[in-house]
Formats: sequence, structure tokens, C-alpha cells
Amino acid sequence: MQRRQFISASIATLASGAALAQSEPARVAAASDLQFALPEVAARFQSVTPHRVELTFGSSGNFARQIQQGAPLDLFFSADESFVIQLADAGLTRDRGSLYAIGRVALIVPTASTIALDDRLDGLRRDWAQVRRFAIANPEHAPYGRAAREAMQKLGLWEQAQDRLVLGENISQATQYVSTGAAQAGITALSLALAPTVAAQTRHVPLPESLHQALRQRMVLLQRARPAAAAFHDFIATADARAILSRYGFSAPGGGS
Amino acid sequence: MDWGAARVSLWLAGLTALTLLPASLWMSRWLATSTSRSRPVIEAALLLPLLLPPTVIGFYLLTSLSGASAIGAWLAKHFGLHLVFTFEGLLFASWLINLPFMVQPLQRAFAAIPRSVREAAWVSGLSTWRTFWRIELPLAWPGVLAGAALTFAHTLGEFGVVLMVGGNIAGQTRTMSIAIYDRVQAFDNAAAQQMSLVLVGLSLAALALVFALGRRNPLQER
Repeated sequence: MQRRQFISASIATLASGAALAQSEPARVAAASDLQFALPEVAARFQSVTPHRVELTFGSSGNFARQIQQGAPLDLFFSADESFVIQLADAGLTRDRGSLYAIGRVALIVPTASTIALDDRLDGLRRDWAQVRRFAIANPEHAPYGRAAREAMQKLGLWEQAQDRLVLGENISQATQYVSTGAAQAGITALSLALAPTVAAQTRHVPLPESLHQALRQRMVLLQRARPAAAAFHDFIATADARAILSRYGFSAPGGGS
Repeated sequence: MDWGAARVSLWLAGLTALTLLPASLWMSRWLATSTSRSRPVIEAALLLPLLLPPTVIGFYLLTSLSGASAIGAWLAKHFGLHLVFTFEGLLFASWLINLPFMVQPLQRAFAAIPRSVREAAWVSGLSTWRTFWRIELPLAWPGVLAGAALTFAHTLGEFGVVLMVGGNIAGQTRTMSIAIYDRVQAFDNAAAQQMSLVLVGLSLAALALVFALGRRNPLQER
């Protein structure tokens, strides 16, 4: 391309960019347990509105920290509502956010495993010798890791699991450890266990919600959120979005489904 | 302050530097003197870990060495060796990612020795082996130190591969860099700060020591 052509093309791009400022995509940061569910919700959203969303997944704590440091985000889905409350108290959000789902955990093993699955982990206990490594997310900072620890403590497996635990940096990594067969079992987010790519490599059983403190997940619009983000935020409450979330094992906030 | 993590890091860094040295000496000397046509390919392969992101290396190790993979299962069955979620696994990963850091300075050092020096030693009746020990290695000494120091310091600072194949096991695979990351994630800035400071101090001390030693060339002292 000639230099002059290139420059005029660049100017044209910049000019049209300014004109499109109204419909800039929403920058959404979401907890890794939404890795599979939220893209579906976003696809649905984009098919019924002119807005676009850009999704980034990671650890809720990381995002909270980045937002505190001024990360340019519009909407934040946190697997642990305390992060949202902290941000709200710091005046970084529009409001105190709203619950969008209650997360659930599941026991997960590679497809080839012969461990019998049940929600009291009796099969796991019986075949404990097969489990060289047991994967959970790091309970020190990952909400799902905390839930896994509570569940294992309640079922009396925590002590004996100590020397076999491997800790994922977030719940996605813990799940990966099991799906690749590097760990022989683990406790993960039900939403990840239900995702087709994970389900193709693993078997799972949901654990009762009574085994751990509720994983209350909260979303919040940040100050100066773009219009597209507000629209996506409202879309989460629609029946369409709810149906997708519940298909991925998220309970509706306030019970039911 | 997580002293367990500090111990794992120091062990890993020290062992990596020590165990990688013999093979690297041999490889780098060959690279510096060989005229083989395969040399450029081998040189490129040895430099590759420098360019690849640690995530790529971590991903390959995780998928190719876990107990569910063919190689991983074979190693576990015949040698009882597990290379994922173990200290041995981290050591293996460290060898791979540190090859360029060790081999490059060594190769430069060997290449800087004029061929005539080697030939003079041979003419004087020294065997190839003695020439290597008495002439080449002392001349290449600064390169040896630089390679070992870089490897040591680089292993102390390694994060990506450890995060991917370590599994964060206390006393085994939780290194300083992982422990610091954990503390930051848990919003425990004070502990993160403390450990970071220790890591900075350790790395600086290791490098300064080497530069101090490197200035003294054993041959010139005689």
C-alpha cells in the first residue's frame, strides 16, 4: 500500500471509529466458571440487539484488583459477591450490583476412570487408592476452591486428601487438570463439568448445595459503563438468558429452577 | 513469609544449574567447534525455549507427560517417575526452559578460544581430554559462571511453566513466584511484598556473586 493511501485509510478508520462510539462493544470481565455459559448468552444477546460484547474470563479476585487499578471494564461478573461489594464500597461501581446465579460444585473424573460417582463421595472413598492427585481450585482465593474444601471437610475427606491435593490457579485450571487426566479426580464448578468440551472427556456428579456456603455470584456495572454493557446487564435477567444459565447448572438467585 | 516455598525455589534453581551444566558443556563445545551441517538446526532447537512462551512448554508437558498420556504412563510404569505435579517434573521443565540460558554463554566462551590455542596444546602432547580440562575450561570459565548464574536466577524467577504443571503443592512445587502470586490473589499485600523483597535480594546476590567471581580469570592468576 502506498504511504499516502495508508494514511488516508487510517484517517478514515479513525473517523468512522469516532462515529461508532455510540455502539462500542461492552467490555465484560467474568469469572472462569462462566467460560462456556456466558459466550452462549452473549451470542443470543448479539442476535437480538445491535450491541456487541467482548468477554474476558479469569479469576474474580484478579479482575477486582484490576478494576481497583482502573482497568477499562464495563461489566463484571464475580463468582464471589464479596468482591463486588468491596468495589461498590470503594465507589467504583454504579450500584451494589445484583445476584445473577448461585454456583454449584461437582465431583469430576476422567471418562476412563472406574471410580463410581455419587453425591456423598462414597465411591471416591472406596477407590481412593486410584487417586494419586485430586484437583481443586486454590481455596485461599478461589470461591470454588473454598466450596470444595468445605464440602470435603463436611464429608470427612479433607484430612486424608491433604497430600494428594493439587491446586488450580482458578477453577478452569483445576478442571483442566482432571480433563487431561493429570489428576484422577477433582471438584469443579458444575457449569464447567456440563460444558460439552469438558463433558466429552469427563464424568461428573453434582454435589448437594448443603455441603458448602452458597456461591452467590454477583454482577455489577462499573462507573462510566457503555450503553451496550447496560443492555447486556439487563439481558441477563431475561428468560432467554436464564434458560442458558440454568442449562449450565447455575441455580437462579432466590431459589427455584 | 513462606520459607517452604523459598526452599523449593532455591533447591530447584541450584539443582537445575548444577545438573544442566555437564550436558551443556559438552553441547556448547560441540556447537562452538563443529562444522557439521546439522549444527544450525540443533542450535535453533536449543534456542527455541527462549522464544516459546512458558505456556506452550507448560501445555506440552501437561498433555504429554501426565499419567493419562502414553509417555507419562510408560515413565510411571517402568521408572515410577511422575513428571506432572512433582518436584522432578519441575526440574525437567527447568532443564528445557533453561537450555538457552546455559548453552549460549558457554558456546560464546568456547568460540572465543582461538583454534591455534587448542592446536598448540595438542602439539605439546596434551590429550583432547586434558586440553579441555587444563586449557579450554579455564579459558571459558567466565562463560561457565555466566551460564550457571543466568540459569539459577532465571529458575528463581520462572512462573508460567510452574503455574501450569506444578499444581501448587506446598514443599514440592510451590515456588516463591507461585507463593507470591497466591498472596497477591488473596489480597495479602504485606506477605507478597515481603517475599518479593526476599526474591529480589536473592537474585541480586546470586548475580553479584557471579560477576565478582567472573572477573577473576583462573589462567591469568598463574
